[in-house]
Amino acid sequence: MSKVTKGARKSLIWLAVILVAIYALLAVGVATGKTTLTPGLALDLAGGRQIILTPVLDEGSEQEIEQTDLDQAVSIIRQRVDASGVAEAEITTQGDNIVIGLPGNPSDETIDLVAQAAQLQFRAVLIVGDPNPTGGTAEPTPAPSAGDDAEQLDSVESTPTPSPSASSVASVVTGTEPEPEPSPSGSAVVTDAEQPATEPTPAPTEATTTPDRETTDGSSFDWLTPEAMADFNALDCLDPENYAGRTMGDPNTGYSACALDPTGPAKLAMGPVEVTGDDLETASSGPRQNQAGSFTGDYEVRLTFNDAGAAKFDEVTTRLVNLEDPRNQFAIILDGTVISHPTVNQRISNGEASISGGFTQEQAEQLANQLRFGALPLSLEVQSNQQISATLGEDQLQKGLLAGAIGLVLVALYSLLQYRALGFVTISSLLIAGATTFGVISLLSWGLDYRLSIAGVAGVIVSIGITADSFIVYFERIRDELREGRSLASAVDHAWTRARRTILVSDAISLLAAVVLYILAVGGVRGFAFTLGLITVIDVLVVFLFTHPVMVLLAKTRFFGEGHPLSGLDPRQLGREALYKGRGRVRSTASAPSSDGLTLAERKAAAKRAAAGEPSPQDVTAVDDEADAVDAANSETKGDAR
Amino acid sequence: MKGNLATWGNRLHSGEKTYPIVAQSARWFAISAVLMLLAVGLLVFKGLNLGIDFTGGTQYVVPNVANVSTTPAEESVAEVAPGQEPRVTVLGEDDIRVQLGDLDQDQQRDLTSALAEAYDVPQEDISFDQIGPTWGAAVGEAAVQGLVIFLLLVFGVIAVYFRAWRMAAAAILALIHDLLFTAGIYALSGFEVTPATVIGFLTILGYSLYDTVVVFDKVRENTANLHAQHRYTYGELANLAVNQTLVRSINTSVVALLPVASILFIGSFLLGAGTLKDIALALFVGMAVGTYSSIFVATPLEVALRRREKAIVEHTAKVLALRESGEADVVTREDGSVRVGALQPGEHRGVGAQPKRKRR
Repeated sequence: MSKVTKGARKSLIWLAVILVAIYALLAVGVATGKTTLTPGLALDLAGGRQIILTPVLDEGSEQEIEQTDLDQAVSIIRQRVDASGVAEAEITTQGDNIVIGLPGNPSDETIDLVAQAAQLQFRAVLIVGDPNPTGGTAEPTPAPSAGDDAEQLDSVESTPTPSPSASSVASVVTGTEPEPEPSPSGSAVVTDAEQPATEPTPAPTEATTTPDRETTDGSSFDWLTPEAMADFNALDCLDPENYAGRTMGDPNTGYSACALDPTGPAKLAMGPVEVTGDDLETASSGPRQNQAGSFTGDYEVRLTFNDAGAAKFDEVTTRLVNLEDPRNQFAIILDGTVISHPTVNQRISNGEASISGGFTQEQAEQLANQLRFGALPLSLEVQSNQQISATLGEDQLQKGLLAGAIGLVLVALYSLLQYRALGFVTISSLLIAGATTFGVISLLSWGLDYRLSIAGVAGVIVSIGITADSFIVYFERIRDELREGRSLASAVDHAWTRARRTILVSDAISLLAAVVLYILAVGGVRGFAFTLGLITVIDVLVVFLFTHPVMVLLAKTRFFGEGHPLSGLDPRQLGREALYKGRGRVRSTASAPSSDGLTLAERKAAAKRAAAGEPSPQDVTAVDDEADAVDAANSETKGDAR
Repeated sequence: MKGNLATWGNRLHSGEKTYPIVAQSARWFAISAVLMLLAVGLLVFKGLNLGIDFTGGTQYVVPNVANVSTTPAEESVAEVAPGQEPRVTVLGEDDIRVQLGDLDQDQQRDLTSALAEAYDVPQEDISFDQIGPTWGAAVGEAAVQGLVIFLLLVFGVIAVYFRAWRMAAAAILALIHDLLFTAGIYALSGFEVTPATVIGFLTILGYSLYDTVVVFDKVRENTANLHAQHRYTYGELANLAVNQTLVRSINTSVVALLPVASILFIGSFLLGAGTLKDIALALFVGMAVGTYSSIFVATPLEVALRRREKAIVEHTAKVLALRESGEADVVTREDGSVRVGALQPGEHRGVGAQPKRKRR
């Protein structure tokens, strides 16, 4: 067996290994029930609702929307959607947009929920309780665990610390007036002995009306009206549903929400809103420094309030610092969930605060991102709201597949017509490409959650043409080489080196188009670009591992090698009556009537001369001349050695 | 057909039959220039028929209705949103499409149920699509941005691969020709431009370049040893390349157009307007034009550009001078044109085959 044949067999074996691996993996997935054999369908085929939102800042705002803000918005929307019980929602960012795909026909409440902007609120904590819902009679039991106290709120020290490493902190502080030391109780550290809130229920039964904002301070138990208490008791903080998309409550009444503390879930009852996201300018995180300016090893989150916010915050901290635990805490609520409820240790009047409490870098960053997002005057604008009915999608898929099948059959017929037996190589190559594409898309649908859309189906159908073109380029090359008089084996060899280059460069351009489209495009275009790129890669794979090796092996067979008229590689039909066998010998075959080596013009000229009765030797010379020119030009224009 | 095309291919390959495409480049440029002017004129004065994805608005599709009539839809709209002027069309066999301006959420909901009732179909079968007025601009902007980045990248890749920036320029110009032409067809016919159409346009980018690169690769191959011979000029060898790839170009176009045509057929007759049909329409026009341009625009343009390169100018002058003096070893046809072609090797003709001075 020759080296070439061995190489060809090796390639075919590789292809078989790849195909078997793809389908074995898929079979394992199907057998274990983790996936299905067919790829998942996108909304436009399966039916559902697609909403495209663009976050827009309020006019006059100087802030910018960054990627972290988008991610934050996505994670909030995801929590809301998950909490609303909609399964398999797809929420992604594409450029500056957020694309939400909801299967089925979601309720209007879900839609409203998704598009509503997230709000940040600061409320004074009244009760910290067990996460599970309690009966109406049970009184809230505060959990005086250390965990609640772990987060502490400090003023960013305005006492000048000349340490150079404190530059970032110092820059935050600059311009704020030196803060008067808070009242001595400000440093009061909560101890277990205090147990202040064991009996916090302030006989709310009498307070039937909502207390007045003006007369009642935000930490008064008067805010725990019967309704507020009922809410609090009913709230189940062990249920993940209650961690997202909850109503933010009336800013002027008490409110209950859940907190996911490091020590576990907790339930909080709070007073009215005292500071909002609008009052917060920004937030950042960084390593915490003690007063001497040396790092403590943990991280803190620094908050900067604007002027209005600083005044409000001053008021809140002044009040809270003197209260007992847990009423000396304030809760930061984002989108209905308490993201932090630190204890106030001192009065903070300059609008610069820092939350610390043994955060890791990650935790601090997350909290800072949440706060920053809450501080953005952001609203989500609905750009596109699209409902696709499942029947319409199904219809499109069926007809699309039908169109694909018809297209494939037409391509197969045309190949057979043009290339005869060689057409079967095209057809089987296309089938192998199809099988690989199907397997890979199914796997991607499992592994990467890829969903096939209408545009994706169109991409597949269009790719039939581009894939088939690789074979056409290759076959035409083989024919060209045969026309130049090579034997089939040598023609295949030469054609391959040339066609390979053409196929690779044209596929590279195609892939480039797909990648650029994928990166820059939104929505449907992406699905299209993805399948186009995928199939371009598969095309290269099939041409290298299937079409070429098969051609090498076929060239060894009698049917093709000897140029059977039905093989599509018949040298006689390609204008060669003689095959060069090497060493100056020529194998003549029955000459085709039209191929006498003369051009039309020359034949006409010869006929004319014959009619004029001129001697024939001149004909011979003319033919000789042509052959000379031919040989010389051939050796000049074609650089390859025989 | 097969025999004919293959035989034709043989004659094209050997140079027995040659279409003087490059020599007649002035003609093709003139045709293309007129077409481009027409396309630009149509785009400017008539404009594209933009779908609601670009103009903003609301669209409903009621599938599989028993009573294919637009009246119930018009009545429903008049009832729910009196100020609106709906455009109601029948898609395919039994789908009704209603297009109107902005609706608020309540109206949208009411109209869904009104349409469901009017056509007696389940409410969840009704599709709707509501697009904000700025969305189309954003999508269009992204597409243009993508186009520019893509063209720059492609220019780089082709210039590096062929080591000739003029080839890259010719390929890009041919591409712009295809896009303009396709857009012109859209303006002329008034077909609706949807995001799917944009996908189609973007695919034409890839396809048109792909096609051009295949032809250029042959040109590069034929002219690889240009300076080692003084028989043929650059333009003649490039023309030979076009002729030699003609059969491939035709086969490829047919094979690429067959699936697209089948989508178009199914889309038009069974589905009505939809993503598939919109993509297929743009592709069909674009691919057909892409094949034309890779043969009649890209290569002549490439030759026109490269003819200015100093080395090629000198080479051409030398070839023509040799021919003038009768020293060139070329076969001349009756009409005086030079036969350019891959030649017929095979038999060894002994010393008679050795180069010798022409006697004619």
